[in-house]
Amino acid sequence: MTDTHPITVKVNGRDHTLVVEARRTLADMLRHDLGYTGTHLGCEHGICGACTVILDDAPVRACLVFGVQADGAQVRTVEGLAAGEQLTDLQQSFSDHHALQCGFCTPGFLMLAEAYLAETETEARTLTQDQARELIASNLCRCTGYQGLIEAVLATAHARGAPKDTM
Amino acid sequence: MLLGRGRFVSDLTRPGLLHAAFVRSPHAHARIERLTTDPARQAPGVAAVLTAASLGDPYLLAVLERDEFVPTRMPILAGDKVRFVGEPVAVVIADDAYRAEDAAELVEVDWDPQPAVASIEAATASEAPGLHEQAAGNRLVDLLMFDDDRLGDIFAQAAATVTATFRSARVAALPLEGRACLAEWDDRDDQLVMHVSTQIPHQVRSGVAQALGLPERAIRVIAPDVGGGFGLKCVVGREEVAVAAAALRLRRPVCWIEDRQENLTAAFHGHEQRYEVRAAFGPDGTILALDAEVDCDTGAYSAFPFTCAVEPLMACTELPGVYKVPAYRARGRAIATNKAPTAPYRGVSRPQLVLVMERLMEKGAEALGLDPLNVRRRNLINAHEFPYTGVNGITYDEGSYRESLDRAEKYVTEHDWPAERDRLRAAGHRAGIGYACFSERNSLGTPIMSQRRMRMTPGYDTAMVRMDPTGEVIVTTGTCGHGQGHETTFAQIVADRLGVHPDQVRLRQGDTDLASYGWGTWGSRSVVIGGGAAGRAADIVAGQLRQVAASVLEVSPADVELAEGTARVRGDADAAVPIGELARLVHFQAHRLTEDLRYGLEARATFDPPGTFSNACHAAMVVIDPGTCAIRLHRYLVVEDCGVVINPMVVDGQVRGGVTQGVAAALLERVCFDPEGQPVSATLMDYLAPTATELCAVDIVHLQTPSGVGDTGAKGMGEGGTIGAPAAVLGAINDALSDTEARFDHIPVLPPDVSAVLNQAVLNQAVLTQAMLNGQDAR
Repeated sequence: MTDTHPITVKVNGRDHTLVVEARRTLADMLRHDLGYTGTHLGCEHGICGACTVILDDAPVRACLVFGVQADGAQVRTVEGLAAGEQLTDLQQSFSDHHALQCGFCTPGFLMLAEAYLAETETEARTLTQDQARELIASNLCRCTGYQGLIEAVLATAHARGAPKDTM
Repeated sequence: MLLGRGRFVSDLTRPGLLHAAFVRSPHAHARIERLTTDPARQAPGVAAVLTAASLGDPYLLAVLERDEFVPTRMPILAGDKVRFVGEPVAVVIADDAYRAEDAAELVEVDWDPQPAVASIEAATASEAPGLHEQAAGNRLVDLLMFDDDRLGDIFAQAAATVTATFRSARVAALPLEGRACLAEWDDRDDQLVMHVSTQIPHQVRSGVAQALGLPERAIRVIAPDVGGGFGLKCVVGREEVAVAAAALRLRRPVCWIEDRQENLTAAFHGHEQRYEVRAAFGPDGTILALDAEVDCDTGAYSAFPFTCAVEPLMACTELPGVYKVPAYRARGRAIATNKAPTAPYRGVSRPQLVLVMERLMEKGAEALGLDPLNVRRRNLINAHEFPYTGVNGITYDEGSYRESLDRAEKYVTEHDWPAERDRLRAAGHRAGIGYACFSERNSLGTPIMSQRRMRMTPGYDTAMVRMDPTGEVIVTTGTCGHGQGHETTFAQIVADRLGVHPDQVRLRQGDTDLASYGWGTWGSRSVVIGGGAAGRAADIVAGQLRQVAASVLEVSPADVELAEGTARVRGDADAAVPIGELARLVHFQAHRLTEDLRYGLEARATFDPPGTFSNACHAAMVVIDPGTCAIRLHRYLVVEDCGVVINPMVVDGQVRGGVTQGVAAALLERVCFDPEGQPVSATLMDYLAPTATELCAVDIVHLQTPSGVGDTGAKGMGEGGTIGAPAAVLGAINDALSDTEARFDHIPVLPPDVSAVLNQAVLNQAVLTQAMLNGQDAR
C-alpha cells in the first residue's frame, strides 16, 4: 500500500535521485535519506522554523513540504552555506554576536536570513532594528532572547548592502 | 553548529536502527481493563510491542527520606492505571518512525475512565478522587518548614497587614530540541550505550540501572549536542528507560525522538503554584512577619531523582529572599493532580517567590502610603550585614542588593523611562514601570543539598585535567553543558592556570565514562562547581609543570611561572622552556626525569562548595494598548552581579535568554487543561512561546562582588533572568493600571484579564457618576 515516487532533487548543488514515500516530509528526506542532518526539526507543525531551508530561492518550512514536492527543485541547506571550513559573513556574524547558544535553531535562522538577504540585496543596507526583529520573529529560539540574532542579521545586511569599492 | 555539523541524538545513524513510538493514554485518569497488542505486532516493520506486563513492570522511584514525603512509583509503562493524558502504556518498536506510529494506532486499550482532578483546588477538595492510594488528600509532601510562636502577637500589633493569594500558571520548558534517546547494546564491551538529550548523564545511568536491575558499569550514557534543557532534561524520562529496555531485549539499536505534541503534553511541566500569604509591616514599611502556605501542583508523579518536593522545599526555604524577615512561618505541599509530572524548570519556585515578595513590598507600601522602592530599601539586606543569616537558616554571602536597586533606579531615570511613561500616558496608552530585587542561590554542594534529604544527594563535581605530549590540554568534567558556552569558560579557567592559550584546551563532558560520577548541569552550578574542580585540577598540573621546568632549568619550582605557552624563570628572560617541550619530555623521555616527575601531567580534583548567591535588580516597562489590551514589553534593564564575570558574552547570553523565558511566563505562556484534565495547549499554536517581536532589547549593567566560594570569584547565574522577570513585568503592569483599583497577583497576565478589569473600572466609574448625579453618597 505504500505510495512511492522516484524523484530527482538538487541539494547544495549536488544531484540526488531517490524513491520517497508520498507522505515523507522534505525534512525527513533531507535528514534521513540524504544525510543532511544540519536541518533540524523542532515542532513538525510549521511554527518554530528550525527546519527552514531554501527551496528554489524561497525559505520554506521543510516539515510542511513533502519530499515529492521537491522533485526537480533546488534545495539549499545549512551545509551548503560555507565553502569548506570558511564561514560565510552571515555565519561569522552569528558567532561574533553570540546569536546561538544550544545551536538547535541556528540552521533555520541562518537559512531564513540568507534567503532574505539574497532577495533584498542592496536594500538590506537600510534594514532597521525593527525590520530585523520582524524578520527574526518568523522562527523560535529558546536560548538567546533574540538580541544577538537581530544584531547578527543587521550587521550582515549593512555590510552586504554597503556600496562596493569599485577600485 | 554554524556549519550544520552539530550532532544531536536525532542526527545519529546506526545500521538497522529501530524507532520507538509510544501508545499514550487519552484519559486523565482511567483503569486499563484490557490491552491488545496483536494487531500492532503484525503490522509491517514492527519488531516488538512492549507493555508493563512484558517488561516486568519496571519503575523509577525518587525518594526524599522524610516522614512527610510519600514515595510513589512512576511506572515505565503504566500497567493497571493511567494518571494523566499522555501517560505511556505501550511502546511499539519498528524499522521506521512512520511505521512505528502507524502500528501504535493499532494497539487496542479498553479504558475504565475514573474521575480526574486537574487543579490544586479539585485535588484537595474533600472526597476528591485520589491518584495514589498511599497519598491521603493527594498530598505527596506536606511540610511545615518554619514556624514562630510570636506570629500572632506580631500580626495583632502590625501597622499594616497584607493578605493575598498569588498564582503562577503551569508552563513548559520547551527546549527547541525535544527529548530524545538512542540505546544500543555493545556486544564487545558488554555494555548498553545510550545517547540521550539530557542535562544529567550520570543520573540517567543510575535511573536506568535501578529500573532495570543492572549494575551501573553496564550502562554508558552520552549526552551529545543537547538542544536546550532548562530543567526539563534534568530528570529521567520513563521513555528513556523504555528505550533502554527495548534495546536490551532486542539487542538492536532503538531510538525515540519526542515530537512537539508529546513534549507539550507528556513530558514534564513546572511552576504551577499557589501562595496564600500574610505579611505584617511596621509604620515605616519594615516587614515584621511573613506567613505562607505554598501549594505546588506537581502532577501525577515524582520525577527522578529530584522528587516532586523540589518546588515546595525551594519555595518555603527561599521565600524571604533578599529581605530581612524577622519572623516566619511556611508550609509547603506538593499536590498530585491528573496532569503531567513536573521537573525543576529554570528558576524552580524562585520566579514565583520573588513575585510574591515584590508584590508584598508594593502592597505594603500602598497600604502605608510609602514609596515602594523605599520600602524595598528598608528591608533589603545591607552591604555591611553580610554574611547575613536569615530566619530561614540560610547564610547569604556578599552581594550588592541595595546597590543593584540604586543603580537600576538611576539608570531608569537617566534613560528617561519615567518621562517616556508620562508621554505615553498623555497619548492615551497605559504604561508602567516595575522592579524586582532578588538573589539567586546557586552552586549548592552536598553540605546544603543534604538538608533536602534526597536518597540521591547531588552537589559535588569532579574534573580531570590532562596534558598530552604536544602540550594540548584535555579537561573532563561531570557537568554537562548544552549551550551555556562551557567549552569557552572552562578553557579560560584552565588555560589561565597552565599558561597556555584557551584554544589549546578541549573540554570533554556529557559522558558517564569520563567521570566516576557527576551531577550534570542545572541549578546554575557548572561554572562554580565544575569550573572550580577543573581549576583545582589545573592548579595541580601547573605544579607538576613547574617542577619539571625547575628540574630542566635547574631552579626552584617556586621561581617558575607559566605564561604564554612558556615555563620561565621570574626575572630571567633567557631561562625559559616551552610548555609543549615539557609535555613531550614527560611523555616521551620519562627516563630523563627523576622518578617523582615521571609519567603524569594529570590530576583529578573535586569541588563541593556550600553555595553562593548572585543577585540582580530588574526593571521593566510595559505599554498596554488601550483598544486590544495587548501588553507589550517596551524596555528592560538588568543590573546583575554574578561576581567575577569570566566571559561577558556568555553571561549576557544567559541573562537575555533567561529574561525571555521569564517575560514569557508573565505575558504569554500557559499549559492549559480542561476540568477533566484534557490538555488544550498541545501545539505551538496554542502554547505561545515568545518570538522576537514579543520582546525588546535588554540592557545589562554588571556589578561584580566576588564570591568567596571557589577560586575564580564567579557565581552561578544561569537562572536569574527567569527568576526576576515575572515580578518586574507584573509590577510594570500594575503600575500601568495604577489609576484604577485593579492589581494583578498572578501570571501570566493576558489581554482578557486587562480588558476585564478595565471594563469593570468603566462600570464602576459609571455607577459612581450616576450616584453623584443622584446626589447620593457613592460610598
